[in-house]
Amino acid sequence: MPLIWLRVAVVFYGVGLLYSLLLLSKKGNVLGKVVEPAVGLGLIFHFVSLVESAIEIGHLSWASIQDSESLLAFLAMVVFFIFFVAYRTVSPGVVIFPIVFVLTFASALGQKPITLTSPFLRNGWIFVHVVLIFTGYAGLFLSFGASLLYLVEERALKSKRSTGLVNWLPPLQTIDDIGYSSLLFGFPFMTLGLVAGSVLAIDKYGPMFFYDPKILLSFIMWAVYMLLLYTRWSSGWRGRRAAFLATFAFVVALGAWAANYFSRTHRFIAS
Amino acid sequence: MNFIVIGVNHQTAPIEVREQFAIPEARLPEASKTLASYPGIEEGMVISTCNRVELLLRTVNGNADIQGFMRQFYGFDPAPYTKYLYEHRERDAVRHVFRVASSLDSMVVGEPQILGQVKEAYATARAVGAVNSQLDALLTRAFAVAKRVRNETAIATSAVSVASVAVDLAKKIFGNLQGKSVYLVGAGKMCELSARHLVAHGAKQIYVANRTYERAVVLANKFNGHAFPFEQLYETVPNADIVISSTGAPHTIFSKEHGEQFLHRRKNRPMFFIDIAVPRDINPEMNKLDGIFVYDIDDLQQVVASHIADRKTEADRAEAIVQLEVDKFQSRLQTLDVVPTIVSLQEHLETVRQAEIDRVRGRLGTLTPEQELAVETLTRGIVNKIMHTPITTLKTAARESNEATTVVDLVRKLFGLRDAKKSAAAAEPGMNDGKPGSHS
Repeated sequence: MPLIWLRVAVVFYGVGLLYSLLLLSKKGNVLGKVVEPAVGLGLIFHFVSLVESAIEIGHLSWASIQDSESLLAFLAMVVFFIFFVAYRTVSPGVVIFPIVFVLTFASALGQKPITLTSPFLRNGWIFVHVVLIFTGYAGLFLSFGASLLYLVEERALKSKRSTGLVNWLPPLQTIDDIGYSSLLFGFPFMTLGLVAGSVLAIDKYGPMFFYDPKILLSFIMWAVYMLLLYTRWSSGWRGRRAAFLATFAFVVALGAWAANYFSRTHRFIAS
Repeated sequence: MNFIVIGVNHQTAPIEVREQFAIPEARLPEASKTLASYPGIEEGMVISTCNRVELLLRTVNGNADIQGFMRQFYGFDPAPYTKYLYEHRERDAVRHVFRVASSLDSMVVGEPQILGQVKEAYATARAVGAVNSQLDALLTRAFAVAKRVRNETAIATSAVSVASVAVDLAKKIFGNLQGKSVYLVGAGKMCELSARHLVAHGAKQIYVANRTYERAVVLANKFNGHAFPFEQLYETVPNADIVISSTGAPHTIFSKEHGEQFLHRRKNRPMFFIDIAVPRDINPEMNKLDGIFVYDIDDLQQVVASHIADRKTEADRAEAIVQLEVDKFQSRLQTLDVVPTIVSLQEHLETVRQAEIDRVRGRLGTLTPEQELAVETLTRGIVNKIMHTPITTLKTAARESNEATTVVDLVRKLFGLRDAKKSAAAAEPGMNDGKPGSHS
């Protein structure tokens, strides 16, 4: 059952993806009226799916790649909606919707959730660690999306040609606010998530845990995150420079994610 | 219908002529009232703005001595001005009213004020009872058409002038202008105008610097702002989010290096430079800096021009909407003409039927429910059969407009129907639900 709900959610997220693609291909704001309810419904079905799967196996499942992708996509959507309510603009969705769609789609392709093999994962602290880290990721995604939009709009304003996409975008200031506040929002989650993870790992593996590629990448990402905030505070970096940093952080985040395939500490199923 | 519009506007008459016909606001109620009570005129309303003066009226039988009214009201003979006056009747009048309300007849097509002015004129005329039935329906429809045009075309969304383009751009950069500060370099008229626009949209603090300090002070006082001596220009500019420059300097006064300093001082918060000086005050290289946006007068005018180009196609779309609405309104009005008569015919025959049943009820004794039903069905059947032909005839007449009044009169006479006004009021909802024939 959870998989069916997840697939329904994927269909609704598909509307979001289509919306983004149409906007980017300059077809204009075609699905503007339906995209918010569609992704909203997607989020609800997604939630149902997560809850059902949690009931089935007795707790939230994130151990397989599929499960964690689903959880990450869900948190990204939740964060997106928090900012949507705060700023009344769907624009960061142009970047968020495709990411969420790809994550949920990959997750929905998977088989029935596998029952966990490692009793270690039943530890409540692991749950806290994962949710914190993923919420941090979600904030980073949103900030990355906003910084790309900032760049696009800044270019358009400077070139003095107003294209359809730019007319549709909210004011530069709003995009800037979204980028910055999502960064601020995600940072404490990311930090606490890493702290929780480190404590757990030291407890279980001893100090050697740090040499795991995923953990290394995670700390690099955290450092870039920190750098982003620092440059913003100290010299108000925006636009191009901030976008480069955010993109870098995003790539490292992807790397940290992909590192699950090489990581020992995070391979709970295969072992 | 018998609608007539007569008037002068910016296209047909020069300002000197329009002044002659202009009616001060205080006299508008009186004007509408006099017009509506003039012999041969049923309803009337007067619109007087700086670009147009129009008399809109509905006559009793298609003709009225409007020149006579003008002579009486204005106290001069309008004959010498005939060549400046335009006149539209019936369908054309409806179309004209729709176009005016939708701002298609305006000097700046799409400007929003005209709708408000027409609404005011309507409210004034309505308040003195000069507008009540068909003219009321026409105006109500005109407002709906204007709304449709505004919603379905982009005609009203395009900005109008250089100053308002500057405001639009500032909003695109800063979002809300609330609490933003504006720096005026030079104390010229254009600077002042742009500043006024920005202040009207929420800009808070105004700074002024000018070669002649006294003039800066005068301008700053107009906005409760702050004046700086020109020597302090470079230190104080970073305080402002928006800079409008229009000095008479023969060379640029802001270079790219200045821009870098400003950004550094502002911690890279964006700045918007509007250069309306010719020759330019701001080196265009500054636009290459991250966070600084420079628009010169040509850039601004280009935006204005592109909006005007858009506006042409949008205006065509708007005209199409108006045309469609004119057709709709006309057929609606025509059907409406006969609706009151049909309604009162039905009411009349129903009263007769009820009265007859009541009369014979005593003689019939107690009836079983089945018998009761049979009596109902029988009498109703007879009434409907009798009504059928008159109603169809009325409806056909309504479609072929010229006959309608004759047939309506005939039917009323034959059946002895009265109270046309009251029934018309009762039929009013039919106007709004879009199914005027639903009463039959």
